[in-house]
Amino acid sequence: MNKPVLQRARTEAEAALIERFDQGDRRLVGATDLRAAAMQRFADAGLPNRRVEAWHYTDLRGAMRTAALARAPETATLPLARQCLAKPLAQTDAHRFVIFNGAYNEELSSSGPLPAGVTVASLASALATGDADVLDTLGVRTPGSDDSVVALNTALMQDGVVIRVAPGAKVERPLAILNLMTGGFAQAAFLRSILIVGAGASIMLDEATAVCMPDATQANEALTVVVGDGARVDYAAQVAEQGAQSVALHSLFVTMGANAQFNGFCLVPTAGLVRRQIFARLEGEHSTFSLGGLSLLRGKEHADTTLVVDHAVPNCVSREFFRHILDHEATGVFQGKVVVRQHAQKTDGGMKSQALVLGEDATMNNKPELEIFADDVVCGHGATVGQLDKNQIFYLQARGLSRGEAESLLLEAFANEALDLVADEAVRARFAGQTEDWLAHRSGR
Amino acid sequence: MLEVKNLHVSVGGRKILDGLNLTVNDGEVAAIMGPNGTGKSTLSYVIAGREDYEVEEGEVLLDGVNILEMDATERANAGVFLAFQYPLEIPGVATMTFLKAALNAQARAKGLPELQTPEFMKKVREAATKLGVNQDMLKRPLNVGFSGGEKKRMEILQMALLQPKVGILDETDSGLDIDALRIVADGVNALRAKDRSFLVITHYQRLLDYIKPDTVHVMAKGKIARTGGPELALELEKSGYAAFTGEAA
Ligand SMILES: Nc1ncnc2c1ncn2[C@@H]1O[C@H](COP(=O)(O)OP(=O)(O)OP(=O)(O)O)[C@@H](O)[C@H]1O
Ligand SMILES: [Mg+2]
Repeated sequence: MNKPVLQRARTEAEAALIERFDQGDRRLVGATDLRAAAMQRFADAGLPNRRVEAWHYTDLRGAMRTAALARAPETATLPLARQCLAKPLAQTDAHRFVIFNGAYNEELSSSGPLPAGVTVASLASALATGDADVLDTLGVRTPGSDDSVVALNTALMQDGVVIRVAPGAKVERPLAILNLMTGGFAQAAFLRSILIVGAGASIMLDEATAVCMPDATQANEALTVVVGDGARVDYAAQVAEQGAQSVALHSLFVTMGANAQFNGFCLVPTAGLVRRQIFARLEGEHSTFSLGGLSLLRGKEHADTTLVVDHAVPNCVSREFFRHILDHEATGVFQGKVVVRQHAQKTDGGMKSQALVLGEDATMNNKPELEIFADDVVCGHGATVGQLDKNQIFYLQARGLSRGEAESLLLEAFANEALDLVADEAVRARFAGQTEDWLAHRSGR
Repeated sequence: MLEVKNLHVSVGGRKILDGLNLTVNDGEVAAIMGPNGTGKSTLSYVIAGREDYEVEEGEVLLDGVNILEMDATERANAGVFLAFQYPLEIPGVATMTFLKAALNAQARAKGLPELQTPEFMKKVREAATKLGVNQDMLKRPLNVGFSGGEKKRMEILQMALLQPKVGILDETDSGLDIDALRIVADGVNALRAKDRSFLVITHYQRLLDYIKPDTVHVMAKGKIARTGGPELALELEKSGYAAFTGEAA
């Protein structure tokens, strides 16, 4: 510590995380300097709390009093994981890489040849061999690394998947990364995956965090996507079936070359606390970044989406479209910041956040922001928070639909307008099915 | 039979219906005419069960049962149908999905099995063809971007599918072109039946040339001010409402 830091008392969770690192967890292989610097940043800042601007609506320090163990206990056996993978929700046509209780697991991953042009390694092995590309990606290609959740991830990353797509490869079969946590006990996982897509290539990546026997899991995941010139990446993410005491933290870093496209979507239909943070940087001209999301929250659930899109060059387009449905006492957070640098002329940026608040005690926090330093740009944002339209409900009831049915129909319509953004048909159908289940649960059908 | 007895209704402390009495017998077509703002739509909403009205006194009986105790869903299932003066746009809900939900809800209420999809499609297509509703409209979200006339046709299409006991048409003729007026009127006439009654709210005698009413009621100041036969509508066309509102025409 070279600058004087006013020391405040560390929480039990913070102390445990730092201690684990200092004791030298033997599974934390490679990237020694990177890890040490990151842990120092974490030790200085601690877990984010409301005084950190980007975390104003999510007091992680308060919510995460203790740190779960990042260790696969004996009960977490492979047969249990197999049972989880046999569930209908876990079915996929994608070539899937499974990370099981913190470690890449080849046995649980799809067998058979990888699609042409795709190569894969586990993060642990890449770090062990000091893969220069990977180390570079973790450093330079990680906008937002001053965030202490990101720092914690870098310091403690156990494993993940490193996927490279060769230039020009048009990969038809989607790829999937599944972070599977099972066991019915509190455990933590620190995962870091990397997707490097070569020039002119295209790929669909489906990423999910799933907790099989819901419990107080703590996941801190990060994914770095490097989109080469003229490449296209479709991305879908979701959190599934975690417990009410769970914490799911996810950081997505996207850097884009010229003439590139990134089209992503996040579904959050889940319990516990979820924070998804997205840091995108447009570094090449004529690229398009678009990201959509749908969060379905009830009970005391809390989901936070915070994103920063940085237009570093001229002539790029960015679009963000997020919808929340908040029942009971749930809390939704959307913070979106679009930064347009001084020379990033002709930027076209549009951001929208819309929420339906159903529960009297539910809360939506919207904070869209534009930071524009260029003068010739078209940027706009809109944020609305509303209720279901009484007149529409009456109209539907006047045709014989029950109040619950009328509400479900309107909510489904609201959700579907967001889901329309999901590029991959199979993923869209899966998300639509989960949305229907959520609504059915709500109306008690 | 629909009976409205001594109905007093206010909105936000303002009295709109002031002791209204009206009986529409089975098989009868009753027309209601009256100046703007006199409470015709309010009456139709109160019968259909819209909230935010304060019913201070009175009853609305459908075949002797007071429907004011029921919510809008129950009234619809009891056979009340309101063709809205301003049909609502429902973005994101496909018209066909909505029609299916409505027919299924009715089937369930009657304890009947839900319609199979092919049977449902056939039914809708037939009714749509008769009313000049094109297949394209059925694929779009309900009423979204429909023209005024298209929305009115869609209302009558719904009525034709749901076959209510009492059909209330609130200015269904407004926004219809001359040909559409005839098509819609034919659609309504085709539904006339011994055990079905209609309450037709209109400003124009022309509609009543096509849908011949049995009775005509003049509504003014929240009450039925006069009741007569079809000739009353012709008389109003000439003399206006001055005699009922107490204001010079
Ligand atoms: N929600 C409301 N709040 C306040 N006033 C209302 C409300 N609904 C209706 N009114 C008032 O009640 C009166 C009757 O309205 P209503 O729509 O029933 O008239 P109407 O006879 O159907 O008129 P028109 O011929 O123009 O359709 C009007 O003065 C209207 O402004
Ligand atoms: Mg009216």
